[in-house]
Amino acid sequence: MARQVSSVTVTDRRAAPPVGGLRESVRLRSVSKVFGRGSSAVRALDQVTLEVPPGEFTCLIGASGCGKSTLLSLVAGLEQPTSGEVSTGGGRVAFMFQEPALFPWLTATGNVELALRARGIGKAERRRRTAELLDTVHLTGFGGKRPHQLSGGMRQRVALARALAQDADVLLMDEPFGALDAMTRDVLHDELDRICAGRRLTVLFVTHNVREAVRLGDRVVVLSSRPGRVIAEFDVPIERPRRIDSAPVAELAARVTDRLREEMSRDAS
Amino acid sequence: MPANVPPYVDKNVPAYVQKLTYLESLEAPPDQRGPGYRRLAARAWSALWPIGLAIVLVLAVWQLIHLSGWKQAIFPGPGAVLSNLWHQAQTGLLWHAIATTAQRAIIGFGLAVLIGAVVGALVSRIRPLRAAVGSLITGLQTLPSIAWFPFAIILFGISTQAILFVIILGAAPSVANGLIAGVDYTPPLLLKAGKMMGLRRLSLYRYLILPASLPAFVAGLKQGWAFAWRSLMAGELLVIIANQPSLGVLLSTDQDQSDMASATAIIIVILILGIIVHSLFSLADGTIRRRWGLTGQDS
Repeated sequence: MARQVSSVTVTDRRAAPPVGGLRESVRLRSVSKVFGRGSSAVRALDQVTLEVPPGEFTCLIGASGCGKSTLLSLVAGLEQPTSGEVSTGGGRVAFMFQEPALFPWLTATGNVELALRARGIGKAERRRRTAELLDTVHLTGFGGKRPHQLSGGMRQRVALARALAQDADVLLMDEPFGALDAMTRDVLHDELDRICAGRRLTVLFVTHNVREAVRLGDRVVVLSSRPGRVIAEFDVPIERPRRIDSAPVAELAARVTDRLREEMSRDAS
Repeated sequence: MPANVPPYVDKNVPAYVQKLTYLESLEAPPDQRGPGYRRLAARAWSALWPIGLAIVLVLAVWQLIHLSGWKQAIFPGPGAVLSNLWHQAQTGLLWHAIATTAQRAIIGFGLAVLIGAVVGALVSRIRPLRAAVGSLITGLQTLPSIAWFPFAIILFGISTQAILFVIILGAAPSVANGLIAGVDYTPPLLLKAGKMMGLRRLSLYRYLILPASLPAFVAGLKQGWAFAWRSLMAGELLVIIANQPSLGVLLSTDQDQSDMASATAIIIVILILGIIVHSLFSLADGTIRRRWGLTGQDS
């Protein structure tokens, strides 16, 4: 295991004591997931054990078919594991998908507001919070637009605002910036940093972009393919603010990539 | 256009973010909204001129056929028919007939929508019911509703109920199927998003599944209306109730009296009514599509 020494640099938000009591972490214990039965059964995840401490930003990386998305679905409770245990300790879970998954019949404001309404928040409060959240993702002035009137990056910002509206303890992100151009993605990385710094969010971020993982994560977890298994974990002791093109990020990304390649060549033989 | 101006200037927001937001807003599809009345006028004009052209073409061809002398003794030209229509419009009888027919259409179609929506909602959500009734609904949809008339007349006699019964049987399956299709095709990703948001059961239905199925439901309404209108006309020709003038009764009287000019005038009235209602549905459909960004021009 390439477990690096952590605690060299502890980011400020992890140093802060838990606010408002316990915020639960995500815990997976020997989780396996098999799709189908008999000879056509596919083992998507195999004995995955993973713990994300409260407030940590963990990136999951692996080649396609490593069950990253399945893992998130399990944590979200959208699917049940075949065996093993998944727990978020009763914490509320929000999910951001690769597509914005906004409701096309609602405006940006309406989409964010619906998440608040689902939690039973009153009208005046909803309006206030929605304006605040749209401001957080820098979309003030675009609240009246429908999803199709926004660009790809703006839609993902609305989706982020909607996820934040759920006031979740755990935020699951499934390649949320995968379909965006590099410039837009870069800015959204900064914004995600800023937003996470202000809240104690436990984030599980799936990506196949190694640099993105190192740029964002407190920790990078590498999964093998078919079946998905945790093969390595890297702590990311790089001070924030980070840049995706900085030397330390590139250097650690190269190490993660090497580990991934090693795994792939082992698969191939 | 307002969307192309940076929405705000805020010292707390880094300049590059403002710049990017601005650039993104340029990339976003432009707003096609002009001032309200102008937009409306432009839309009305673009919808109306093809219709006007079509009417002129039809009248011209019709007049040519008339001039060619084909069955001239019994086949009137547009002049005679239009003047007949004008005269009928001066009498109370035509308006009375239109009122009766419109009333039946509204009641019959209204009941069909109500019944279709309830059945559709139940069938789409309750699995065993769906296995039992789902294919039956599709079967009913393909059954020509005119086949129900002997059944309806035996059951209800020569009465308005018989006509309404057939309208409902003709239209309700399409409405139900529209709703079922809409519920079925609610994108799974949106369902996931809704569930993650904490929408459950009733709220999931109210805030996600129903709005998501609206386009398919409107398509079902449109088709249901077409079936209702046909059933109604067939019904009014077959079920002739004394002292209750309707468009069907007028047509059938014209047939008895070999009054071709009047028969043609009534057909024109029926055609116009059908087109008006159809365009109302198209308007609703178009509005939804524009809102959702489903039209080609917007995205």
